[in-house]
Amino acid sequence: MEHLISLFVKAVFVENMALAFFLGMCTFLALSKKVETAIGLGIAVVVVLAITVPLNNLLYQNLLVDGALEWAGLPGVDLSFLGLLSYIGVIAAVVQILEMTLDKYMPALYNALGVFLPLITVNCAIMGASLFMVERDYNFSESLVYGVGAGVGWALAIAALAGIREKLKYSDVPAGLRGLGITFITVGLMSLGFMSFSGVQL
Amino acid sequence: MSDVKKVLFGPILANNPIALQILGICSALAVTSSMKVSLVMAIALTLVTAFSSFFIAIIRSHIPNSIRIIVQMIIIASLVIVVDQVLKAFAYEISKQLSVFVGLIITNCIVMGRAEAFAMKNGPIMSFVDGIGNGLGYSAMLIVVAFFRELLGAGKLFGVEIFATVQNGGWYQPNGLMLLPPSAFFVIGLVIWALRSYKKEQIEEPEFKIAANSRSQEAL
Repeated sequence: MEHLISLFVKAVFVENMALAFFLGMCTFLALSKKVETAIGLGIAVVVVLAITVPLNNLLYQNLLVDGALEWAGLPGVDLSFLGLLSYIGVIAAVVQILEMTLDKYMPALYNALGVFLPLITVNCAIMGASLFMVERDYNFSESLVYGVGAGVGWALAIAALAGIREKLKYSDVPAGLRGLGITFITVGLMSLGFMSFSGVQL
Repeated sequence: MSDVKKVLFGPILANNPIALQILGICSALAVTSSMKVSLVMAIALTLVTAFSSFFIAIIRSHIPNSIRIIVQMIIIASLVIVVDQVLKAFAYEISKQLSVFVGLIITNCIVMGRAEAFAMKNGPIMSFVDGIGNGLGYSAMLIVVAFFRELLGAGKLFGVEIFATVQNGGWYQPNGLMLLPPSAFFVIGLVIWALRSYKKEQIEEPEFKIAANSRSQEAL
């Protein structure tokens, strides 16, 4: 149990998806102008990560890894090279199913998240979390915790950045830095702040 | 001919995917701490973008609109698997350093963005050229950032010592910050500033104008 909690804290702060690994940067920079939008997107990312990482873990452990197909009478088959294709397939499918389910049963939530869901398929944070899960060889419960933690960390970072940018639009920024440039510098400073967690040993 | 030239070289300065279109930033930041790794990444991405645009353009009139994202994803993912396997076979060290970022070419917005915005509307040859062009724009940015980070952070370029560092009895005190993640943001921010000072038309309009010499009472 303790191990899982420390994994969660590590995924949220020490190995923050956005600020330590730069994943999901495109949407991170493009959709962080308003706090409300940022929080909506953040929640969508948490939900999708919490579903796809454990799902990809099952897929990897039971079908793709070297020797996993032993139950089907194929002990020497290693399908791990198909990983990339399968993970993105799972992510695209989950996003599509989630969109349809929410539309049917939870229209209020669908309206809040609706526009962001399709964007999530191409968010590298989602794919990145699955790839890290494989690289670090997490088991099922670890991958569930890691998925939620990575999502929460990302949501936290985008909400914080949106808060800063809402204030920043009233400041007098040099012409060439306006917009994207100053956002990069801001994110750099935030990333410096998050680096202070990196000494924490859990 | 001028069309081809515009499509090929336009993305490098005038319409840079990273500096102006906000595409493909994730990997641009993570792999730029050394020149060698960035160069490999740049080549891999350019090839994937060019060939995926090419193949998507060939079958563009046969793809049903509702499943086009999935079709594009499958083409891109197959190409990335090829790149990944080739790197693992011939450049294992570098593929270890790139770790998950080769796989993340799939979700790199440049590849998807160009497939969606250009290849779905243009012929295969032009799409191929557009892919190469955008790949070059990405590569240019990556290499500029990696140049500053490796030179200032370790005093080296491609692993060859340029500035003699203090540890080796030289004069240059390496700036360790340049090798850490945040410096990538600063370098890109400054490059964008330089680029926009040179190409004035890329400067963004301020959302909120500050009136000159206004007192707080008047501003309201």
